Amino acid sequence: MSDVVALGNAGTAIRKANDEGRAALVGYLPAGYPTIDGGIDAIKAMVDGGADVLEIGLPYSDPVMDGVTIQRAAEIALAGGLRTRDVLATVEKIAAYSDVPVLVMTYWNPIERYGVDRFAADFAAAGGAGLITPDLIPDEGAEWIAAADKYELDKVFLVSPSSTDARIALTTANCRGFVYATAVMGVTGARDQISDLAAPLVSRTKAATGLPVGVGLGVSNADQAAGVAAYADAVIVGSAFVKALDAGGAAGVRELTESLAEGVRREPRKPVDR
Amino acid sequence: MTAVLPDQLGHFGRFGGRFMPEALIAPLDELTAAWQEAMADKSFTDEFERMLREYAGTPSLLYDATRLSDVAGARILLKREDLNHTGAHKIRNVLGQALLTKRMGKTRVIAETGAGQHGVATATACAYLDLECVVYMGEVDTERQALNVARMKLLGAEVIPVKTGSRTLKDAINEALRDWVSSVDNTHYLLGTAAGGHPFPAMVRDFVRGIGDEARAQSLELLGRLPDAAVACVGGGSNAIGLFAAFVPDTEVKLFGIEAGGDGYETGRHAATITAGQIGVLHGARSYLLQDEDGQTIESHSISAGLDYPGVGPEHSWLAETGRASYRPVADAEAMESFRLLARTEGIIPAIESAHAIAGTLQIARELGPDATILVCLSGRGDKDMDTAGEWFGLIDGNGKA
Ligand SMILES: Cc1ncc(COP(=O)(O)O)c(C=O)c1O
Repeated sequence: MSDVVALGNAGTAIRKANDEGRAALVGYLPAGYPTIDGGIDAIKAMVDGGADVLEIGLPYSDPVMDGVTIQRAAEIALAGGLRTRDVLATVEKIAAYSDVPVLVMTYWNPIERYGVDRFAADFAAAGGAGLITPDLIPDEGAEWIAAADKYELDKVFLVSPSSTDARIALTTANCRGFVYATAVMGVTGARDQISDLAAPLVSRTKAATGLPVGVGLGVSNADQAAGVAAYADAVIVGSAFVKALDAGGAAGVRELTESLAEGVRREPRKPVDR
Repeated sequence: MTAVLPDQLGHFGRFGGRFMPEALIAPLDELTAAWQEAMADKSFTDEFERMLREYAGTPSLLYDATRLSDVAGARILLKREDLNHTGAHKIRNVLGQALLTKRMGKTRVIAETGAGQHGVATATACAYLDLECVVYMGEVDTERQALNVARMKLLGAEVIPVKTGSRTLKDAINEALRDWVSSVDNTHYLLGTAAGGHPFPAMVRDFVRGIGDEARAQSLELLGRLPDAAVACVGGGSNAIGLFAAFVPDTEVKLFGIEAGGDGYETGRHAATITAGQIGVLHGARSYLLQDEDGQTIESHSISAGLDYPGVGPEHSWLAETGRASYRPVADAEAMESFRLLARTEGIIPAIESAHAIAGTLQIARELGPDATILVCLSGRGDKDMDTAGEWFGLIDGNGKA
């Protein structure tokens, strides 16, 4: 597959890493956790440790795709009074700190409530690169797709081991940036083993699109990252960063980032065929 | 009003749809296909009807409540869903979905429950049809409703207390969805109301629509005509949509949904989702929703556990927006007055949910006048609510003695 590919902001950063013969590292942390400023410091630590793309979570009251670690962090952020505008302010500070693309991972209702076009405008103005939308499928996403196209933002939709090839084709056709492949049938959270469903899903996805494919859900350490890096264009890590932040603060986040960054460089990769 | 709704993707106008993780889309497509094939298969619908008749005790009676009518000042007909097995309309939905689970070859059922009514009904259907059953229940609710936890366990279900979020019904739904994402190969999520992502709102409606189909035929037999109005309480909306479905094309029949007004609508502590009038996305569908300025879900408040939910099924939002049905809140205090009124005038102790419908009916009777005949869904019986009622009316002292 090598038609015109909407690499956008995050996809360009991922391909740059791939051109170095390695997978990219995508790091997730929720905004406002443990506090607004503490969250900003922790996200900066991911930049300093070598993350290629950042994913900032927008804490939501009913996060059905998240396991306990991220649920708890979202609850604490919201209990601390975090507002959607604080998430935008966090994005703005991080975008000013570095050139690493900043995506926001968000459940759909907060965006709909803010106003889809208005959010896209404010988010683009803050320097945001795009959204990852775990409970929005392209079938329901017309308003977001229009707004993202208008403000040139990445649209990262998800594919799953249960997705049919027809759904993978539909979903990837609507993505810009990269495609998020969920490695397991399940929710976010560190797991001991990377599921054997991930590699076949990546190859089915790559058969449908020339976009980079990132694998997330369950990756928590450098060995796992190295394993996933062998077949995925990007390795996405979330819950493990929350745990690192709990245990060691921003320094702990930086340490984990460095270790994962070594992991994604461990296996020599073939250059990406495009 | 003859357009076939929902559309292929589950939309009722701008409401409904599927705001769900991609992982669940293929399973929801499979469920939709299995349900539609089953409904077109006479052996399935015959077996469903047999179970309803021989096991659940339907058709439920249509009862001419003459003493209540005297007080109300209009003729009131009660659709006696309280007489069904397990004491509420909910048995219709659980039997339908449990039978469908069998047909799909799945062996495990998960469900959410608030006060435990849907959990008990699901555990019952799973015992009857030999299915493994796991019920998610907010930790706060497991403490408030220990008796229903015991019932579910006796029926062979596993009850898992949910310790995240507000630890109530909406969090139990979240946790059931999380289970389902990882277990969907062998597990059906038996959702308890006409909400959620497509096909749940339409599927649940079709399993409970016997309420209105029966009542429509019974009204024609009793009155020689249709009632002037049909009234039901609205939590997620299953008993109300089950009553309304048969009457939606009969535009001369006014439809009223009664929401939980909690401490009083004006206090802001209520569960009157449609009355509050804000649209959003929760648990898989676009609908009216209690939410704050940022789209975070707000906790609802009601004396009635079955109505205490910050969302509502999308078809009700559509009926409200199009004006086909109207929705109004009834506060805790007014509902409890009607709870006692029905007990004293008719010797029927209703569920507190259903008492909201009675209270709304008293208002509507005054508006429609003495010539009106009003059909009300008495969705359940009140045995489960005697602790609450005992406390409310001071019938039980601090030591739990009458
Ligand atoms: C007796 C009774 N009526 C009504 C309800 C409200 O649910 P729905 O709006 O789905 O009918 C419940 C829910 O537990 C109930 O137990």
